[in-house]
Amino acid sequence: MHTPEPGVGISMRGVSHAFDTPDGPFPVLDNFSLDTAAGSFVALVGPSGCGKSTVTRLISGLISPTRGEIMLGGSKVTGPRPNVGMAFQNPVMLEWRDVVGNITLPLEIVARDMPERERRNRALELLDLVSLSGFESKRPSELSGGMRQRVSLCRALVHRPDVLILDEPFGALDAFTREELWLVMQSLRKRENFTCLLITHDLRESVFLSDEVVVMSDRPARLQYRTTIELGPERALKDLYSHEATDLLAGLRNQIEVAQGRSMSKQTDTVS
Amino acid sequence: MNSFNRIAIPAAAILIFLGIWEWIVWINQWPNYKMASPSDLGPAFWKFRHLFLQYGFDTLWRTVAGLALSVLFGTVVGMIMGFSKVVREGLYPILIGFNAIPKATVVPVVALILVGQDNLNTVLIAFMISFFPIVVSVSIGLSTLEPEYRDILRSLGASKMTIFWKIALPKTLPEFFGALKIAVTLAFIGTNLMEIVEPHGKGLGHLFDSGKISANYPLMFSVMLALAGLGIVLYYIVVVLEQIFAGWAERS
Repeated sequence: MHTPEPGVGISMRGVSHAFDTPDGPFPVLDNFSLDTAAGSFVALVGPSGCGKSTVTRLISGLISPTRGEIMLGGSKVTGPRPNVGMAFQNPVMLEWRDVVGNITLPLEIVARDMPERERRNRALELLDLVSLSGFESKRPSELSGGMRQRVSLCRALVHRPDVLILDEPFGALDAFTREELWLVMQSLRKRENFTCLLITHDLRESVFLSDEVVVMSDRPARLQYRTTIELGPERALKDLYSHEATDLLAGLRNQIEVAQGRSMSKQTDTVS
Repeated sequence: MNSFNRIAIPAAAILIFLGIWEWIVWINQWPNYKMASPSDLGPAFWKFRHLFLQYGFDTLWRTVAGLALSVLFGTVVGMIMGFSKVVREGLYPILIGFNAIPKATVVPVVALILVGQDNLNTVLIAFMISFFPIVVSVSIGLSTLEPEYRDILRSLGASKMTIFWKIALPKTLPEFFGALKIAVTLAFIGTNLMEIVEPHGKGLGHLFDSGKISANYPLMFSVMLALAGLGIVLYYIVVVLEQIFAGWAERS
C-alpha cells in the first residue's frame, strides 16, 4: 500500500513490563515481540486492559520496559525521541491557541530554528490534507469532536515523524465520523511517509487501515496472532463488506474471543 | 449586552440602592449620629478630601503589595504542591489550619513582633489573609492536568520546565484568576483589619477610627463607602487582567 522508501521500522524483542503497585509488581506484558517493516501500517487489537497503551508508551520512550528491548530503525529506545508522533483518544488541545498554534506545538520542541512562516505553511499543508482548510484561525472550542481529532492528527505529523503512534484516536467518535477519519488517515498515508502503529478496539478499522493486524492476548499480554491484510492499496469503505474482508473479520473476531479466554466452541458448549 | 447597558445597568442599581438608603433614614427620622444618609456623605467627603486621598492611597498600595506577595508565594507553593503529592499531602493540613485562624487574633501578634513597622505589618496581614485561595487553585490546576497534555510534549523530549511554561501554566490561568478575585477582596479586608485594630495613623481604617472617636458618623459612613468603591475598582482590575490573560476560557 505504501511506496517502499527508507524508513524506520518498529521492533520489540522479548519485552516484558510490570507496573509497581503497593501489592507488588503487576505484570502487563509478557515476552512480547513485534516487528514491523518501515513504512508499514500495523494495527494492534486485544481485550480491554490487555496492555495496548503500555506498548505505545514503551515505544515512545515514556516508560522503559522491565525486560527486553525496543528498537526504532536500528537504534535502541532509551527515552523520548523527536522522531515519534502521537495522537490519543482524547484529542487535548491548548484552548488558548488557535488551530495552527496547536498543530505547530511539537515544532517548538524539536525544530526551534524553523522560521515561523515555514511552520505555518507546514500546518496549512496538513490542514488541507485532512480537509480542514479555512479552519486555521479557529479556536479548539469551536471545533467538533471529529475536527479536533483531525487537528490532533496534524499535530502528531507536523514534525514529519518516522513513527506515528495512534492510541484509539477514533474511539470516541460516532460511526460515520469514524469512517470519514479512516479516509482522512488513508490520504495522510499517501502523502506523508511514516510507519504507523494503531491501537484500536474496532476490528473493521484495523482491517480497513492496516497492512497487518496483531492480536494481543489478555494480561499479561503476549503476541497471540498476526495476519496480513491483502485488500490492495486502494481501499473503499464498501470493500469491508467483500467476502475477503468478512472472512478476515470473522477470523479476527474468533481470535479476540480466544484472547478474552473464551473460545467460540466453549461458548456454544455452555449455551447448549 | 452592549457597552452602554454594561455601565448603565450597574449604575442604575447603585442609584436605586442609595435612594432606598436615603428613604429609610428619612422615613425613620434618624439623626445622623444614629445612621448617616447618603446626602450627609457628600459634605463629609469634601471636608476630608485630602485625608481621603492620602489615606486611600495608603490602603491601596498596601493591599496591592500584600496581594502581590500572595500571588508570588501562592504560585510557588501551589506549583510545588501541584507537582509533588508528598508535599501536597504534607502541607494541606498546615495551610488549612493557618487559614482557619481568625486574622483578628494574628493582628496583635504581628503588630507586636514588627512593632513600629506599620507598612510591613499591614502588608503582611493582607498577604496572610489572601494567599490561601491562590495556593489551592494553582495546586489543583496543576495536579488535575490530563496526562495527554504532558505526553504530547514529553514524548518529544520536552523538559519539565517547557511543559510547565507551555501547557501547565496557561492551562491553570482561569482557575488562578478565579482565586485572585477572592484574594483581592480578602487582601483588602486584611489591610483594613490592621489599620482599625492596631491604628497607626495611616490608611482608611485609621480615618474610620478617628471618625468613631470623634463620633463623626457621616465620616465613618463615607469611609465605608470609599472602601466599597476601592474594593470594586480592585476587583474590576482583576477582571480586566483575566480578560486579557485568560479570556480564551470564556465561551460564547
